[in-house]
Amino acid sequence: MSERVLMKGNEALAEAAISAGCKCFFGYPITPQTEISAYLSKRLPKVGGVFLQAESEIAAINMVYGCAGTGTRCMTSSSSPGISLKSEGLSYIAGADLPCVVINVQRGGPGLGGIQPSQADYWQATRALGHGDFHVIVLAPSTVQEMADLVTRAFDLADEYRMPVMLLADGLLGQMMEPVVFKKREENGKSFDKSWAANGHGGKRKHNIINSLYLEATELEEKIHERFKRYDEIKAKHTMAESYMTDDADVIIAAYGSTARLARTAAEKARSLGIKAGVFRPITLYPFPVNELREATKTAKRVLVCEMSMGQMVDDVRLALECKIPVDFFGRTGGIIPKPEEILEKLKGV
Amino acid sequence: MADTHEIKAVLAGFGGQGILFAGKLLAYFGLLDEKEVSWLPSYGPAMRGGTCNCSVTVSDKPVGSPLITEPNVLFVMNTPSYDKFIATVEAGGTAFIDETLVSAENIRGDIKSFFVPATALATEHGLKGAANIILLGKFLKEVPFTSKDTVRKALEKNTPAKKPQMFESNLKAFDIGYNFI
Repeated sequence: MSERVLMKGNEALAEAAISAGCKCFFGYPITPQTEISAYLSKRLPKVGGVFLQAESEIAAINMVYGCAGTGTRCMTSSSSPGISLKSEGLSYIAGADLPCVVINVQRGGPGLGGIQPSQADYWQATRALGHGDFHVIVLAPSTVQEMADLVTRAFDLADEYRMPVMLLADGLLGQMMEPVVFKKREENGKSFDKSWAANGHGGKRKHNIINSLYLEATELEEKIHERFKRYDEIKAKHTMAESYMTDDADVIIAAYGSTARLARTAAEKARSLGIKAGVFRPITLYPFPVNELREATKTAKRVLVCEMSMGQMVDDVRLALECKIPVDFFGRTGGIIPKPEEILEKLKGV
Repeated sequence: MADTHEIKAVLAGFGGQGILFAGKLLAYFGLLDEKEVSWLPSYGPAMRGGTCNCSVTVSDKPVGSPLITEPNVLFVMNTPSYDKFIATVEAGGTAFIDETLVSAENIRGDIKSFFVPATALATEHGLKGAANIILLGKFLKEVPFTSKDTVRKALEKNTPAKKPQMFESNLKAFDIGYNFI
């Protein structure tokens, strides 16, 4: 299927998850991501998969824990308040080294907050998705096409590194329609080692154990070190970012997800006024594309970070640039989408 | 007339009038013409009977912000939406107004306003619920950014399988609006 179709971000993501081999989905409705559940409830059973609406977000993530333990590709999705509820389960899944995909279509917080688009869960996703020493890979789509493409990538990365991968989107990307092309999955795609799976073997081998409990401190430390070695490999091999008009830029706007689209419009307007502006867009939020950012800001005198939050990714930008370039921040929060004109005004003042 | 290279349309009215559908059709025209498009609905707790709107961009370039704050085309089907959005239209832009449902007090001189009694025309022709398509017909007449062939294909693609008669009635409604003077 290489035809351009018009679809909502949430639906495109759901369709792509099926073609990526997602066999089981466990979820609980919450605006603005409910179309993911609705779409999969219709489509998954028709392709031999399981769709299950759990009694709560907590139940859903624990179903993912069980399902992932069998080596089956599975996914759950929610929006900000629901992701907080999943945090215990996510920590257990990370502690048991299981692959799964988790979608967060962010809305305004804290608490129940609002239902309009937001990017206020950056810290949660990249630093504290649950208790304990662990990370998940975090991918940030910026178009409906990327909602589809990155979910495929998420399943592959999850299987390759045996860890949860989160897609961090927002209400704008989930609700908007754009043309999307579904790429055909190569039939001889990568296959992943699943010899660890607890999936029944009729006594033919020693049984596998899925667990996150290590009472021996030395054993737990060793386990965590092994996990962080994997994170280092991901940092070296899998960071992704996009640079736009950065080659000769005096000022770089750093933004991810839907805010990067607004930044792009602002940078184009700035260029027409003679301001040499460019845009740096991280696609992997964890690991943060440090080297790509340094490369993109080679000619920059200043960096302006834009987010739909009070400023969270700005920390990673400052850490990556080691105070060598001044970093400013502009954000709107609570569900307000910044206007490109507002970003432009801020850019002029920078 | 609006720049036909980039349509930045805001469509607004009551839930149930087919505002989101009219917007989706606009986006479909762009899709079929191989252009870049985006469609963004307002979403919230109030739908049926409440006000509703969507932003649609059809462009030759990749779409930046899908949220349109300064449209060059406004499409309104109730008074609250007219009052809310008429001031946001770019100077030189166009507005398409359902005259049956909108009592417009503030008429802007720097934009072109087309008043079409779309709801009355729909009732008169036995096309209840197709006022949105009638207004869309007038829009395409005044801002000709796509072909009649594309319109036909888009209507065909968006006809539900269980209601095939919708295609003919929507096409009829489109023509009524297109030919309205």
